[in-house]
This record gives sequence, structure tokens and C-alpha cells, in this order.
Amino acid sequence: MSLLRSYLKVAAVRDGRAQRATTVRHVHLADAPLVFVPLRLAGEAAAPLAAMVGDDRAHPHLLVVTNPRNRDERFAFMAELAEVVVSYIERFTTQVEMSDTRTPYERCLDAPQILVPNPAGVAFTRLLGRSTRFRKIEGPHAVPPRVPLLGRWLTFLHDRSEFADSAMLLAMTGLLSEHWVTGQSAAEDAKLSTQLAWIDPPHGLTGAEAAVQAEDPLRSPPAGPDTDPGFDHAVLQPLIGGYGVTAQLREALHEQLEPTWNDMWQAVDLLRPLPEGASVAARWERDRAALAWHQRWLTDGGLPQGRLDSAVAAARRLATLEAAQQSYEANRAFDDPLVMADYRAAGVAFAGRVIAVEADRKITPPGGKRAVLRPLVSVRTDDSVRLSPGTRLLSPARPKQKAHLESVEGDVAVLQLNGGLGKGTTLPGVGEIICYADLDPEGHRHPSLPDLADTPWTHGGPPAEYVPTDEDAQEVWS
Amino acid sequence: MSGLDTWRGPNRLDALRGPSKPVDHNARSIAALAANPACQRRAILDAAGIDKGSTIQHLGYPHQFGQSPFALARQEQFKAIVKAHGGAHILRLLRELLHLSVEEAGYHNVEDAADDNGRAVRHRHTRTVLRSAAEQPEHAATLFDDPLLKLNVAGYDVYLEPDVIAFQVGRQFHVVAIKTFAVVDGQADTPKVSAAAREAAVYVHALRELFSSLGLDPARVAHDVVLICPKDFMNFPTAALVDVRHPLEVLRRQLERLSRIDDILDELPPGLSLDLRMEGKTPTRPAAELAAAVSALEARYAPECLAVCEMAYFCRAEARACGSLEALGRTVRDDLGGLESIDTAIHLISGDPVCSPEQDAIATRLQYLRRLHDEAVA
Repeated sequence: MSLLRSYLKVAAVRDGRAQRATTVRHVHLADAPLVFVPLRLAGEAAAPLAAMVGDDRAHPHLLVVTNPRNRDERFAFMAELAEVVVSYIERFTTQVEMSDTRTPYERCLDAPQILVPNPAGVAFTRLLGRSTRFRKIEGPHAVPPRVPLLGRWLTFLHDRSEFADSAMLLAMTGLLSEHWVTGQSAAEDAKLSTQLAWIDPPHGLTGAEAAVQAEDPLRSPPAGPDTDPGFDHAVLQPLIGGYGVTAQLREALHEQLEPTWNDMWQAVDLLRPLPEGASVAARWERDRAALAWHQRWLTDGGLPQGRLDSAVAAARRLATLEAAQQSYEANRAFDDPLVMADYRAAGVAFAGRVIAVEADRKITPPGGKRAVLRPLVSVRTDDSVRLSPGTRLLSPARPKQKAHLESVEGDVAVLQLNGGLGKGTTLPGVGEIICYADLDPEGHRHPSLPDLADTPWTHGGPPAEYVPTDEDAQEVWS
Repeated sequence: MSGLDTWRGPNRLDALRGPSKPVDHNARSIAALAANPACQRRAILDAAGIDKGSTIQHLGYPHQFGQSPFALARQEQFKAIVKAHGGAHILRLLRELLHLSVEEAGYHNVEDAADDNGRAVRHRHTRTVLRSAAEQPEHAATLFDDPLLKLNVAGYDVYLEPDVIAFQVGRQFHVVAIKTFAVVDGQADTPKVSAAAREAAVYVHALRELFSSLGLDPARVAHDVVLICPKDFMNFPTAALVDVRHPLEVLRRQLERLSRIDDILDELPPGLSLDLRMEGKTPTRPAAELAAAVSALEARYAPECLAVCEMAYFCRAEARACGSLEALGRTVRDDLGGLESIDTAIHLISGDPVCSPEQDAIATRLQYLRRLHDEAVA
């Protein structure tokens, strides 16, 4: 939570509706996202109970397991789910182009986007992937061919979803709270229906009133994957595993899932009209490339993702996750003055009017021989700047032009420009309104990590090559 | 605590509750107390053994803490698997985790020996059995199933049933907690592990108290708890040691605070009653009257309460009605420099004059945030 978000929370209570936290949409929204609302049987780790899934809001697929404790029925459910989800993904993986970069690489023309209601839905997607990707399609515990493929795709999507810049698998509650601030606490925002109630209250109700209504589990059943204990007790228990009650069970679960299904599409409708942030397309491009890479891996007969990362792979992944996070945060601020305002409130960015520019200033850097061009720019700002001299700064207006803070005296900050001064570049002009921030969309450094073969003994030495075993394939799913 | 206090406390608490039977504390409710130590309402309701579920329903709010019958069935099933054949799985896991040698393992079901003679008898039996085990090394490495521990919470004796207590060669007792969340590829859901650790800490604390009262060294109860969970997607149990020193310390501090419950009682209006006036299974007390009585107990509502306390929705409505800033989350309150009410914040945002000099700083900050916001959306 940030200062500006706290301010917006108070404003949301004042106005009786959620406040915009951004001026643009920072996340890619597919033309036809696949909405996936899964439910699991209470008390079980990954026993699917039902799901509503599809990319057509008028015609959702309802998948139901009549006896979730029966292994065969679970795999039948997964096979049905694979029909929907793998078919959807394959619409994108078949269309590939080469990039026009210096080192060309494959990327898909577009990528799938799966939307689930909440982070628990993302975690459940991971478990569904984990419980199916090692299965064999022949032999004693054979499953339908698309089941392990579904497992591998779900695992891939979940792995990607941990990157801040990926948009192929997203939790709707997170997506909404990134773009709006409601007048309720973060704990309450975790419920999709109440968050929507604040963002788009029905006519004549304040957000608070609508949210209280949306808390009623009879009116808005939980968005899953956990079901309402009252529903389990009163409705589900008599129907589960019973004979000749399939139609009743389907109807009961349809009623539980439909309100969330509608909420999901209402949320899509709310996000759609927001203009897209400038760096969104570049981030989606990385998803398209990752998709093509994984498709290539599958085509070339690559193994399913292992149970655990090796030490080097884990360290490398962590470094990439951190870099993606940092770059995403910086890009968001550079694309959106309202996000930047948050950094200004924290004192790590400032905006103001340029009052003087010393364009021809040349200095001899310490240790250097020649005098080099180092212009000075003075900015008058009303912001309270909490940056120490020497801090490297960038401006969204000229993100390639490196600068550092020389001094702050009173309301005047003086910057020295250090790079990006070549031909075709412009300097800030006197009178220009400009913003500088201690943020860098490309400033992450990749730590040098050893090759797998050189993993130090402190980290277990070089890992054994991963080979899936029959044990993986036959693991009991009980 | 003096003899007089222990006499005085329960009597006043009984008066507060009325004729209904007190609801027992359990490890979960004691752990929840530690989560919000400043809440006098919860402290009193729990100490008096008031049925918070019935109370909140009578006040017109849903009772949010029902458990799914599927989850309950799963718990029973998994516990039965773990304890089957004289705790064969537990012994296997303890051998792996604590390097227990096979021949020294025994199994003792405390519940069997105690018949149906009530909890006091079962607790006395637990004491006897544990003392003899602690004093006689030849009884080493015995599993004690279904023991009954006792803890003094605010002058009340609270009975607690840990799943199992193991006693091992290194003269250390370990509490065993059996949970049904899965450990998939060596990883479990962090919030669930923390909740299990907080509950297990209550058992460790109670067992240490028991040891002290027997004149034994409480340090012989290990702060490492054995957590048994299903492995991957199977019914096959796996185990891990969980260090509960931190939740144990939090719990100890909170229980110390609770002994001042008499001070809270002193401040309550005389004749205050939280009785639902049950006639059979129907409460007959007017809800408005009950609401007024509950409101006399000072609550400390924060959004975290929603996950742990039955009363949370009542307290939230109360907090919202008086415009509490904390109801929006503790960070919001901290960010806004300790303002208590949302209305004050709204006034300060709109530039109304400040009422007290302490508000100068926060007024300036809110005006600053407003300027930054308006500039950005302009």
C-alpha cells in the first residue's frame, strides 16, 4: 500500500465508489480471453469439483465431477477441460512469425489469456497442472492423450504468471485492484464480487451498500476454488456420489458458478475501455515469444517441467523475476502520471518547471583527460524531494537521457545530464514541465551465475539430469 | 494470581454469560486471541465462554466459520490413516525426522484408560502417564494418543486436546499436529503452515505449564513441533519439524495480558449481561438489547479480524458507523498519521481548517497528496 492509495481509499469512501488508481490500462487484455472459474472439493488439495470455462460469455462450458473422490472421474474432468483449454491455446501456437531483430527469434502472432477470479484460482491452476503433467498416455494408468499436455500448458502458464510483466494467466481481483482503489480493506478486496460492487455499484447504491449485499454467499457465492461451507452442507453433500442425481448436481453447481462467471465478464467490460499503456504491447510481445518457445520445446519432444528447479536454475529464475518486477514498476510509472504521482508522494520522483539550462557545460570527469559535455538543468519543484545528490535519475520524456542529481536547494533541483546527448536528441527547454524519477525500466543487472555443470558443492553440486519416472506417472491422485 | 482473583473472575464472567453452558476454548480460539491482543470484546467473550457463533447470528449477521462436511470427513479419514496400527505412520515419520530407534517405540492411548469419567479425570490420567514417562527412562519413546491438557486462561481452566504427544530418546517431548493440507513437492501453503504453528504453540505452552506444575523441566518439551500432512496428492502421510518459538513467545505475552481481565470487568457497567435467554434452541433476548450490551465491550476492529473472529461483521458495522479509519486497514491509518476517523481525513482533504495543532502535519500531507493526484489526472 502506498500513500496515494491510502488517500484514494479515503476518497472512495467519501464518493461512495472506487477511485481510478491509473490513467491507463497497464495490462494487455485479449480480444477473446478464456475465463476459467474452477471449484474444488473442500478438504482436498486438488480434487476438481466443477468449472465454468470458455471464451464466449453467452455459452460457457460447465464441467462437473459427480464424484470428486473417484480417480477416473477426475481424469475424465481433466480430459474435458483439456478439450476446451488446449484447443484454445492451440489457436495461437499454430501461427508463428520470426522477429525482425538482429538475432531473429520465433514468436506467435498472438497469445492465449486465461482469467481466473483470484490468486487462489491461480494456485489451483498450478496444482491441476502438477497433478496431470507427468501422466502417461499408455500402459497401466493411461489417461487421455491431451491430459498430460494440459498439465504442461497449465504449468507453463503458471510459471509465466509469476513474472510481473506476463499477462497470459491473471487473477481478476489483482487486475482490478491494480487499476482501482475501493473504499474497503485489502482483505475485503480479495472477494471479487465486493470489489466489483465498489467499482461499478448498481444504480442508487453506494459502493459500501452494494459491497455488503455482495458479501452474502447466497447472492454471490464464493468465487472459488473453495465453495461456501453452507452450500456444501445443505446442497452438495446429499448430491455427491449419489445415483441419478447428475442433472440436479449440474444445476446446483451451475447456480454456484454463474454469478462469478458474470462478474468476470463485467470486470472485462470495465477494463476494456481503459486506454492501453505505452509499454503494454512490448510486454505482450515477450509472452508471445515465450509461447512460441514452449511450443517449440513440446514439438521437439522436450520433457515435462520437473518437480523442483535445480539450484542454478532457481537462482537464475529469481534474478529474472526480480528484473521483470523492477522493469514493470518503472514502466508503469513512465506510462502513467497517476502512478508516477505515487513515487512523487514518496519523494523518489519530482516534477516541476525547467528554469535554467546550461547546455554547453563541459567538465573533465575525475580520472578523465578530455573535457566532455555535461549539461546542467535546474528544475523548480513544489514536490518534497527526498533524493540524495548523486542519485541516477531518468525522465519519462527522455528515457534514454541519463542524469544524476547534483543538488537540491530550497525548491530548486539541479541535474547533470550524463548520456543520451548525441545527434537527434533534445535537451529539456526552459519553461518545460518535466518529471525525473529514481526509476529505470532497463536498469536491472543479471548476476553472473555458473553453468549447471559448475554448481558449487554448497548448492548440492551439479544436479542429476532430470528424467521423469514411472513413479511420477503412476502417482496416486486420491 | 491470588486465590481471591481466581474466585472473583469466573463468577463475574458466569454472571455475564448467564445460565448457558460455557463454550470451550480450543487451540484455535486461543491462537486467535493472540492475533488481536488489544481487543477487550473478544477477550471477555472468550473468557466468559460465550457462544460467539449464536451471538452473531442473533445479532443478524451470518456465522462465517462453518466447516464443510467434506473437510471434516477428510480430517477424520486422514487422522485415522495416520494413527492406524498403533501409530505406525507416526513412528515411521518420527524415526526419519528425530532419529528414533525402532525397538524403543511404544503407543499409549490416554483416552482408552480414562473411560467416560469426564475431562477432569482424563486430565489427571494424562498427568500421571506423562509424569511416569518423564521420570522413567525405560518408558522412553512412547506415543501418547488423545491426551488432555489444561491451561489457565484468565482464571478459567481450559482443556485442550493435542493430536498426539511423542516422547523420544533424547528425553524430549514433541507435540505432533496432524493437518490435511497437502505438501506438494516439499512445499505447503504458507498461511496454513503458520496457522498450524500458532495452534501447535498453544499445545506446547500447555504441556510446558503441566511440566512446571509437576516439578519437571519445561524445556523438555521441544519447541520443534512435528507437522504431519498428506504428501502430494496422496493419502500417504509426510512430516516436517516446525519451529514454533516465535508464536510461542507471542502467545505467552498475550496470556499474561489476559490475566488482567478483572480490570476490564471492573470498568463494565454493573449488571451487564450477554445472555441470549435461550428457550430450548431459540434465543429470546431482543436483538437490539443484545447489540447494546455487546457494544458496551470495547472492540478493536481491524480487517484481519474477518478471517479469525465470529464477531467481526458486527464490529465492522460498528467501526464503519463511527467512521473508523482503521477499518480500511492498518496501513491506511498509519499512512494518514494516526488520524482516527475517515470524516476528519475527508475534511482535511477538502481544506477545512484543522481543529487541533497536531493535525497540522497530516493536513499538509493530505493537501499535498490531493495536489499530486489532481495534477496527474488533469
